[in-house]
Amino acid sequence: MRNKIIVLCFAIGVFCFSCETQTYEHGKLLYTNFCENCHMADGTGLKGLIPPLAGADFLKNSPEAVPCIIRAGYKGKMTVNGKEYDTEMAGIERLTEFEITNIINYIHTSWGNNLPIVQHPDVREQLKACEKNTKPF
Amino acid sequence: MRVIFILSIVCASFLMACQSNLRPETLPILGNKDVGPNGDTIYHTIPDFSFIDQDSQVVNNASFAGKAYVADFFFIACPTICPKTSKQMLRIHDHFKDNPNLLLLAHSVAPKYDTVAALNRYARNLGVESKKWHFVTGDQAKIYEIAGSYFSIAQEDPTAPGGFDHSGRLILVDKNRHVRSFCDGTDPEDVDRFMLDIQTLLNEK
Repeated sequence: MRNKIIVLCFAIGVFCFSCETQTYEHGKLLYTNFCENCHMADGTGLKGLIPPLAGADFLKNSPEAVPCIIRAGYKGKMTVNGKEYDTEMAGIERLTEFEITNIINYIHTSWGNNLPIVQHPDVREQLKACEKNTKPF
Repeated sequence: MRVIFILSIVCASFLMACQSNLRPETLPILGNKDVGPNGDTIYHTIPDFSFIDQDSQVVNNASFAGKAYVADFFFIACPTICPKTSKQMLRIHDHFKDNPNLLLLAHSVAPKYDTVAALNRYARNLGVESKKWHFVTGDQAKIYEIAGSYFSIAQEDPTAPGGFDHSGRLILVDKNRHVRSFCDGTDPEDVDRFMLDIQTLLNEK
């Protein structure tokens, strides 16, 4: 009996632990498929061409703009961490609201980013007014 | 007696295992070989070329006289592998920045869009200079043709993402225009090995 309890506790422990570390597996998979080529696996971007996502103040300062950028792309200048970028980003129109939510939550919890988790209804609202190629902020 | 025998086999296999881990002191010359009229071996050689770089300078074989270089093929608006290969090229650039015997040469496979001005901006945003890293544009057919000499692929393909198809291979060429090593420019671990190959080549007398 005692052994069984120990095993059970251990199993629950492993389960909880694995939940905690793999919450955004779906977001990670989508990130790998749609974002990683440019923003890199470690979220560092590419020097002065592609802005980083790791430690990017833009995510903290303009979170409401992010869902639309993922869906519709971005054209024009953008300042991230005090540095100006001007490379056009293509949108990924086929991504659903859920998928965009999962990608953002993966980005918000990766590479040392410690940003609030976004909720699907909010992302849906933010996507409503979304038009192709957002104007510069 | 038998123990000594087994022990020696174990030692021998250990030594062999060690040996296979040693890096060669020289790199092979890659590509098809031919036999010349005098019976000497003719190795695969990068042919003559002439392109224009991000500072409007002519870049040809003479630009690399006495130096080794790493070549690749990319285009600025590339939505797939190019940023990754450029990031790895940048790693190589930064690692060998102070070694004057290694240069870099990036060919645009979309030269009609990647003008001198566009390449200049791209290089500036990467923080690199043409004296170390040439980004070249030129006649599209000539660029596609020379890609084959680098065992790489470049072609215009409306069905490919961004409209151009090309491999992400990085190619190491020595001062005699021979290809000595290559790697997959999207795979950082393969690039680690490639950078050791570059060092091996630079150590050659």
